[in-house]
Amino acid sequence: MELVFVILIGVLYAGGIFMLLRRSMVRLLIGIALLGNGANLLIFLLGGITKGKPPVIGDAARVFTDIYADPIPQALILTAIVISFGLQAFAIVLLKRVYVLVNSDDLDDLNTPEEEDI
Amino acid sequence: MKSTILKTASSYLLPILLLFSIFILLRGHYLPGGGFVGGLIASIAFVLHSFTHDTEATLQLLRIHPRALIPVGLGVSALSMFVPFLGGLPVMTGLWFDEPVPVIGLIGSALVFDLGVYLVVIGVVLTVLFTISQYSE
Amino acid sequence: MTSNAVVLPFIVHLFTAILLLFFWRKTVAQRIISVMGSTLALTVAIGLFSSVWNDGILTMQAAGWAAPFGISFVADVFSSSMVLLTSFSGLAVAVYSATGISRGRMLFGYFPMFHFLLMGLNGAYLTGDIFNLYVWFEVIIIASFVLMSLGGRKAQIEGSVKYMAMNILASTFFLTGIGILYGITGSLNIADLSLKVGAMENRKLVDMTAIFFIVGFGIKSAVFPLYFWLPSSYHTPPSAVAAIFGGLLTKVGIYALFRIFTLIFVPDDFLSNLLIVLAVLTVLTGTFGAVIKNNIRRLLSYLIVCHIGFMVGGLGMYSEVALAGALFYLFHDMMVKTNIFLIAGLIRKLRGTMNMDKIGGLYAEYPLLSLLMAVVLFSLVGIPPLSGFWPKIYLFEAGFMDHHYALVAAIIIGSFATLYVIAKMWAKVFWKSQPEGIAGVEDGFRPMSNFRRSLLVGPIVFLAAITLFIGLGAEHIVTVVNHIVREMKDTSPYIQAVLEMHVSP
Repeated sequence: MELVFVILIGVLYAGGIFMLLRRSMVRLLIGIALLGNGANLLIFLLGGITKGKPPVIGDAARVFTDIYADPIPQALILTAIVISFGLQAFAIVLLKRVYVLVNSDDLDDLNTPEEEDI
Repeated sequence: MKSTILKTASSYLLPILLLFSIFILLRGHYLPGGGFVGGLIASIAFVLHSFTHDTEATLQLLRIHPRALIPVGLGVSALSMFVPFLGGLPVMTGLWFDEPVPVIGLIGSALVFDLGVYLVVIGVVLTVLFTISQYSE
Repeated sequence: MTSNAVVLPFIVHLFTAILLLFFWRKTVAQRIISVMGSTLALTVAIGLFSSVWNDGILTMQAAGWAAPFGISFVADVFSSSMVLLTSFSGLAVAVYSATGISRGRMLFGYFPMFHFLLMGLNGAYLTGDIFNLYVWFEVIIIASFVLMSLGGRKAQIEGSVKYMAMNILASTFFLTGIGILYGITGSLNIADLSLKVGAMENRKLVDMTAIFFIVGFGIKSAVFPLYFWLPSSYHTPPSAVAAIFGGLLTKVGIYALFRIFTLIFVPDDFLSNLLIVLAVLTVLTGTFGAVIKNNIRRLLSYLIVCHIGFMVGGLGMYSEVALAGALFYLFHDMMVKTNIFLIAGLIRKLRGTMNMDKIGGLYAEYPLLSLLMAVVLFSLVGIPPLSGFWPKIYLFEAGFMDHHYALVAAIIIGSFATLYVIAKMWAKVFWKSQPEGIAGVEDGFRPMSNFRRSLLVGPIVFLAAITLFIGLGAEHIVTVVNHIVREMKDTSPYIQAVLEMHVSP
């Protein structure tokens, strides 16, 4: 199980970086999304995977007596997902606006020269 | 989208999804669910409506612009965080009423916080999506 | 000591921002609320600083969950003085924005976002939990994205794309670092991490994790080779926004570096040398960039990069003198950089452009205003006895004591380049006569009413007075700085305060 995660995380990071290094703005967005998912999976993996043991305490018990899954990585991932949702929503709106203004998908066209500064 | 089936279905789905979102909001403290998911479900209901009818029609249905929900939700959440502060307890301490309310169950400041999150999520999601859709048109 | 006052600085900004959202279309009310909220935040910050200074470290465990299981908020002298300086800058920029920001931008939510940004900054200073630090960083970058792209022309939108891409990448690196750190220690509380990482035997793994944090914070604070987004975006937004960005946003990265690298990853030889090499290269690249630029704000953007190198170098040397110098420089830099971008905005109001070839003759026309600007410019250069001079003495002393001659040379080159650049700016903008026959040069300042003028000049006077105090009253700053260095070198009071351990000495 861990090995699958390791490979998947590697693929997500590599794909994300590869996409970030393209010149297209849409690929930039995809790269950001892939990297974010890779980071979330990494937290999930490094937090330790415990199968079938929910972090729920029994009705009668006061403390955990059994092995249980660590809830913190899940809380962290949830937070990170919400944050990346906000960031990506903003990024889509911004890049859409750039596309309307510059009429190009190429990041190399985003170079207003110094002479045009105010 | 001009599909009669979807259009008819979405008119019936809207109230059902809204009810479901409130159900999700209320069960959130001890079971899977909560303000964020509930808010997403509620906003999906409106987004579905805007797909089949029109963004303008959905805005009319809502009466208020979804942007106005953001400060209300933020205010509700922030106040529920801040109330324990006035009693000298650490910020965000959960405060609970002693007696359970019928249907809903025990009410505490966590529910008020979740209600704020619910409103903020609806406001933010609808504002973003409607901005993009109106921009494209 | 437990106290709820720790969270007040960002609660004040949160409530101000929510209140501002209710006044979405009423720009006059927004200006008044924003200035009042910033004043209240400054009062709270002064109160927090004085109580931390007198009573020692204050903590608050959110929702009463004991550390290290819950989220802790901690105010020691370092974080509370950062909160204090941020509140000074925040108040100045809030007043400046009242006339410096166009009505159109206010209608798109400039003021609420400004307060969300300040809330994020204060939260980042006060949190004692590393994942919470990440969340505050995200609050900061989302608010700053909006401020950066608000109501933008083409150049501004282009700048925001670069800014956005690099900052999201930085956050991902930071998050990855947190994931690995949690994997190897099982904790997120900074005080608890300090103990656990300190006890780790596999130092190579610790160093590797530290690299993720260096990259993440390095992008945010514009350290070589990850600085390039800064000069290509900071010259585009309105001056008030650029002032907050230039004065505070890169500095929160530096704050995080200091926090993480004094508490969790105490620099060993490898990290120390790495930071010093990065610092030298940062100073040099910033210097070369600043020397060739002709637009005031592009030039200042490179100077930010150059001066970031001074602070990173001080952290890299990690001796008491070096840390004192770097912290002193940090305090000085926050005030001066905010002010100097406000001044750039004022010059733009006076002449309609920031291209130094197209302007001149300000000294002849506005002698008093020019003298005010001179104070700030010379403080930035570090002409004794103004504020930029003292920290450099400390940095030189530390460099010579520990034989880091390359860093000393870089700081000297950086200082001389700053002097050259500012002298060039002084000569071109203030002493040279206004060039004839240039289109689009008009004075937007003279037609303003006296009240609006004072709203522009007042914040600059306010920040210049603080800068003068930092320079002329340096012994007070040195007392504070030495206190912070003692806290950094001996972290046990911090750890005991957060974990509420009652260890007998």
